[in-house]
Parts: sequence; structure tokens; C-alpha cells
Amino acid sequence: MTLFIEQCLNGLQFGLLLFMLAAGLTLVFGIMDLVNLAHGSLYMIGAYFAATLTAWTGSFLLGVAMALVGTLLVGMVLEVVVMRRLYGRDHLDHVLATFGLILFFDETVRLIWGPAGLSLPLPSWLNAPVQILPGVYYSAYKLSIIIVSLAVAAGLYFLVMRTRVGMLIRAGASNREMVGALGVNIKLLYTLVFGLGAALAGLAGLMQAPILTVQIGMGEIIIILAFVITVIGGIGSIRGAFVAAIFVGLVDTLGRAFFPDLLRMVLSPAAASTAAPALSSMLIYLLMAIVLVLKPEGLFSAGNK
Amino acid sequence: MPDLLQVENLAKRFGGIVATDDLSIAIPEGQLHAVIGPNGAGKTTLIAQLSGQLTPDSGHIQFAGSDITALPMPARSALGLARSFQITSLFLDLSVLDNVALAVQAHAGHSFHFWRDARGQVELRDPARAALARVGLTARENLPASALSHGEHRQLELAMALASKPRMLLLDEPMAGLGPEESARMVAMLRELKKELTILLVEHDMEAVFALADRITVLVYGRVIASGKPEEIRNNAQVRDAYLGEQEAVHG
Amino acid sequence: MSGWLSARAVTVVVLLAALALLPVYVELGGSRFLLTLFTRIIILAMAAVSLNLILGFGGMMSFGHAVYLGIGGYAVGMLAHEGIYSGFVQWPVALAASALFALVIGALSLRTRGVYFIMLTLAFAQMAYYVVAGLARYGGDDGLTIYKRSQFFEPINLSNKTQFYYICLALLYASIYLVWRIVNSRFGMVIQGSRSNDTRMRAIGFPTFRYKLTCFVIAGVLCGLAGALLANHTDFVSPAMMYWTRSGDLIIMVVLGGMGSVVGPVFGAIALLVLEETLSGITEYWQIILGPLLLLVVLFARGGIDGLLRKVRYA
Repeated sequence: MTLFIEQCLNGLQFGLLLFMLAAGLTLVFGIMDLVNLAHGSLYMIGAYFAATLTAWTGSFLLGVAMALVGTLLVGMVLEVVVMRRLYGRDHLDHVLATFGLILFFDETVRLIWGPAGLSLPLPSWLNAPVQILPGVYYSAYKLSIIIVSLAVAAGLYFLVMRTRVGMLIRAGASNREMVGALGVNIKLLYTLVFGLGAALAGLAGLMQAPILTVQIGMGEIIIILAFVITVIGGIGSIRGAFVAAIFVGLVDTLGRAFFPDLLRMVLSPAAASTAAPALSSMLIYLLMAIVLVLKPEGLFSAGNK
Repeated sequence: MPDLLQVENLAKRFGGIVATDDLSIAIPEGQLHAVIGPNGAGKTTLIAQLSGQLTPDSGHIQFAGSDITALPMPARSALGLARSFQITSLFLDLSVLDNVALAVQAHAGHSFHFWRDARGQVELRDPARAALARVGLTARENLPASALSHGEHRQLELAMALASKPRMLLLDEPMAGLGPEESARMVAMLRELKKELTILLVEHDMEAVFALADRITVLVYGRVIASGKPEEIRNNAQVRDAYLGEQEAVHG
Repeated sequence: MSGWLSARAVTVVVLLAALALLPVYVELGGSRFLLTLFTRIIILAMAAVSLNLILGFGGMMSFGHAVYLGIGGYAVGMLAHEGIYSGFVQWPVALAASALFALVIGALSLRTRGVYFIMLTLAFAQMAYYVVAGLARYGGDDGLTIYKRSQFFEPINLSNKTQFYYICLALLYASIYLVWRIVNSRFGMVIQGSRSNDTRMRAIGFPTFRYKLTCFVIAGVLCGLAGALLANHTDFVSPAMMYWTRSGDLIIMVVLGGMGSVVGPVFGAIALLVLEETLSGITEYWQIILGPLLLLVVLFARGGIDGLLRKVRYA
């Protein structure tokens, strides 16, 4: 039972991480109609910045804060220099151009930091287990990930639902031309939205860095999941991304943890151990395929497309 | 003789907006039936439901004796119901001739032929050329469709609708954006076509409507407020208030 | 094709002739490495040509096309592992498996469009990747070595590098010709019309889904054949062949070479792989150049190499 609770928390934590990645993606997609494969590169950059800056400053919090700012800046520069020229073009153009950016970022990171990855050690005050229920212990750091992510999600909700900027964002997501016609400084709005997305991606990257990985190619692995979530949730819908991300996080984590045992009840142990890892990995894609086949616009589709 | 097109109690909503409200129209073969009304009256939505692009929420559509309410778009075209588009919807990167030849090919059996060069097949090219000649675009046949003027796009639209040898044409604002000369040409062409086809004409150009229509139906907010001969409609006070009045104010 | 002496026509002819004469050059003292490199280029060119059928002509942005390289390759690899070396068994299985997979993926994905289609095709490819990576019996993540190439009757010997090169080249020529005929046929017209304006196609009477699905399957089968060739060429198959970034590489070849022509992808494959070879000789960080290069092509030279050639006019 404790294992189940722990895995549920893990699933929640993973889901929230994915949400932050997917939120940026779906915002950019919904408002600027931009398919950004290089979003995963911003995730990677956040992790690398955090690892380097915490080592340099000696402080975990300071390094993380600086990394966040750094990723935000990289994102905004990227928007001004490259992304602006892609708005309004075919999605295929976006895919190709941002794929090129992935290659560029991967190699640049390799040039600066070398091919071996980095590590980001946790400060001791975050490294202890915390008792959340009698007899149930959970990592303090993972708990803080959950707390921070929920805070960010709440902040995002507040921003989008309760502020004027948020209203522009929501309007832009369902009708791009109208927002332009309203005389809003579109260029600035787009740069800020993209920057926000980049910061979210960077945050996700640096948060997972101590417990998962800081290496080249980490963006490529996670970006697919982020897209899957964006698609399932419905493009342009942050609420959809939240629901889909939690769902995907739970399915993936619980699936990997318990599916092999489930299979062993039905198949022979040999067959189960062969099939289990493959099927666990496939679960998410299967989920997306099912959602898209049944509801081709995603679960919470925001508007015109 | 039963009507060629029978629409009964058609209804369509988009969220809170009623686009089509208990709409019924009957069009016998050979008639040119105009549908007019202010912007937002649901005229294009009507055509979309008739051609199969949208499915009505309720009501029935009968064409040539069969219920086509739920029939998919390609099947309606096969039955002889063709439409043109209000916003030009052509194959812009293909040549003018290719555009029309495709419309011919659609009715020339299946297209699972992988080997012979389609552009060299006379059974496709000749009818295509004939349709282009009908609308006066022969000289432009080898240009990419994107190179044509707006007026020529409307002509091409018509040629494509004709190429499928339809029994009935659904024309969605064929005059849209045309200058006086081009409009006159289009009216003359439609007058010729009237002799061999049944036409449902959605239009704002009142001169054209009164020059061509055998019967007129007036739509306001998706509902039919009047339907009858052109003279009756012109003299109908309700219609004048709702629509023609504002038209005269604009043109007066 | 416009005119006999256009720069483009001349380039195509010269290129195809040069490819045919390459082994002669190698025989006469050129580097044997060229033979290996160009065999790989030819095989990937074939995969790119098959992708262009659905991408350039059909407008179907599939981001999972490399999966067929894997399916074709693993058909050969798995059968070889089980002791079945006959090409007469392996290759038809490769083609049939590719056809089946394409049929299923296409049937499910072609109902969607735009980015949803991209994601679905990508997802299915990733699914295949994970399934194969999980098969411990066939090497899993590490891949599978092939100890004996596909066997046909004497005198065909795929282990003879020159012979293998010519077989691959012949199959490439055949693919180009096949795709050219398909694209210009009635079927091809439907595919091109669907790319141009799918709604209009359905309005004028074409049930476009079945045509697009057929096209999708044809492209999958051609790519599966390329996969079988690739497995023989490298004597090795691994799940990495199907990873989504490999599909990206194929798309790069198609766009770089030129999407509007049958032969464009060949230009693209040659350009990309030769670029890879030469640039990696200069610096191991050559992708720093490739990335922005791709970006520039997308922004400024969208027609690719083929497009640039078409613009060249003699004085």
C-alpha cells in the first residue's frame, strides 16, 4: 500500500513536471500557432544552466534562480531572432526549422559542456525523507517539486484567468486576428508568451535535474511526451494540458510500476518480462492514439484551427 | 412531378447561435431559385448543409427522390449536386486545366490507375476544355490557377462545377468581388446555364437576382420570412423592411 | 519536365550517370570508402523518395516514416537470426510487414490533419521503437548483428560490395521511375489535388481517404524495401533506426533536395550525407552548422536544391 501511495505521488510529480513543459508548448501553439520542437532544448538548457550555476555560486537556490532567468532570456532572444520569421508559415516549416534548432542546441551544449552529462547534487536540507502519513515517507525534494509545480500552475491559472494579459492570451488562443485588430502590441505579447513558455520549460528541466538527468538529448526524449499531452489536452488549452499531464504522469508511472506484475498474472514470467518494458513505454502513445481517434481535436480544444 | 430539391424543417445551431431555423424550400427541376438575405442570415450555412460539408441538427434534405441528409460530400456530387464556393476554393498550385480535369475525373469512375499519364488522356482533357470554353477561360488553361484574377477565379469555380455534369448547381455568391463588366458576363453565362440546369443561387447582387431568378426566398436569422415570384418579393413590405430597404439605401 | 537542356535536366542526367559510374571509378583506384558511403546514400535516397510521395506530393506530413526502415530491416534481421537467410522469404516479409503497418497507422492517422497527424505518425513510430527495444531475443536496445546477408540464387551475392551497390542503384532507379509514373497518373492527380485542397476534392466527388491511405501504404512498402537493403548494408539492425529523429533526417533530405519533384530527394540525400562526411572531417561539431543551415533553407530556399536548379537559366 505504501508503495502504491509512493508511486501515485511519483506519478503526480512526473505529471506536474510534464504539465510545466506542456503548458509552455500549448500556449505557444495556441497563440502563435507555432509548433516548436526545440521546446525540449529550452528544458535541457534550464537543466544545464542550473547545474553549472549552482556549482559556480555554491548555492542551490541562487543557481536555480539564475538558471531560470537565463533560460527566460535565451527564450526571448530565440523568439526575436528566429521564431518571428516562422509565424504564419506552414506547420511543416515550423517542424523543420525547429528541428534544425534542436541540432544546433545539442551541438552547442556539447561544445560548451562536453558529451558526458552533468550532475546537480541536492543540498542536504532537501535530501531528507519527510513523513507525510504515519509510516509513509517521501523524498523532501520530490515533495517540493509537487508544491512548486502546483504553485506555478495556480499562478498560471491566475495569470490567464484574472489578469488583462491573461485575457489577451485567452483571446489570442481562440482568435488570433482579433487580438491584432484590437491594437495590442502583438510583437511584445508574443515575445512575452514565448519567454514564459521558455521559463516554464527551463523550470521543468532544472527541477528534474537532481533526480533524473542532465544530458544532451534529454530534450528529444521528453518533447514527444509534452506534445502527446498537448494534443490529448487540446491545443491552446492550459486546463487540458493540466488534466492530460497528470493523467499521463500517473498512467506512465503506475504503468511502469505495476504493469509487469499484472502481466505476470496473465502471461508466463518469461513472456511478461519481455513484453512489460515495451508495453509500459507504449502505454502513453497508445493513450494518445485512442484519444485522437475518438476525438481528433483533443479533449479540451480551445478554438478555431 | 416531385421537386428536384426538397428541404424540410432544416435546423442548425452553433453553440448559442441559430444558423438555420426550421427552414423549408422546394425547388422543381429547371428553376433558378435565388436565396437572399442580410449578412449572417445563414445562406452559406444552408449551402454547406445542402452540399454535405455540414450536417444539420434536424430536418431532411431530398434530392432527386433520395434522402441525402446524412450523405457524405463525394456521394452528393456523384448524384449530380455540385457547388461553387463563396471564398475561392481552387487548386491554386495546379494549372487551370488540371483544376477542371480533376472535376471531370471525379465522375469518370474510380481513380486507382497508377500508370498512364493523366494529363494525356483525352477523355479527361476534352470535357475539361469544353467547360473552360463555356466560361471563357480557354486562353488561360495552362497557367497556374494562382495566376488568375479574382474574376477569372469565379469563372474557374463555375467551370469546375459544370465539369461534373451536374443536374443542380449550388452557387454561393458567384458575383462576389466582380466589377460591372465581369458581373454582366457572369449573369449572361448563368442565363445560358439556366436552360439546362437547376440552380440555387445565393447572392447579394440584387440586379443579378432579379434578372435571373424564377423564384426568390428571403432568409433572415436562418428563417424563411418570404418566398415567391420576384415581383411578389419586391413588393413585400416585410422583406423591404428587413432587407431590400437597406439595399436601396446603400445603392440609392 | 521543362525543356531538354535546362540546368536541372542536365544535372539530373549527369548525377544519375555519375552514380552508375562510381564503382568503375573506385575500381580504377578511387577510395573503396566511397563505395560504402554511396551505397548508404542510395539506400537512404530511396527512403527519401518514398517519403516525398506522401510528403511532397500528398501533403501528408508524416514524422514516423523511418519506422519502415526499421520494419524492413528487422524483418531481415529477425529471420536471419532464426536461420532463415533466403532473400525470397525475407524481402517479401519485409514488404508485407511494412504494408500492414502502414495500413494500420494510415487508417488511424489519416482521419486527422496538421500537427495531430504529425504527432500520431510519430507516436506510432515510437511505439514500434519501444516494442523492438524491448525484444531481448532480438538484441533489444543493443541491436542485432546479421551474420549472413540475404541469399538469392547464384550469381547474386550481396556480400560483393560492387554487386550490392548496383542492386541498390537499380532499385533506386526503379523507385524513381515508379514514383514518377504514380505521381502523373490519375491516382497521382487525386493525391496532388488532396494536398492542394482536400475539402474541394471531396466536394467534387473524390472520397480522398482511400486514395491517401493507398498512397501511404505504397510509400511504406518502398521504404520497407530500403530498410531491408539497409540491414544488408550495415549487417546490423537496431531500434535506433526507427527513433523519431531519424524520421526527421529523412524529412530534411526531402526538403533540402526539393519537395516538388520526384528526383529532389536524391539531391537531398546526397547533399546531406556528403555534407555530413565533409563537415565532420572539419569539425566534430558539424551539426552546429547543419542546424542553422536547415533553418535558412526553410526560410529562404524552400524549394530546396531542385527549386534552385529550376531558377537557373542559360544566358
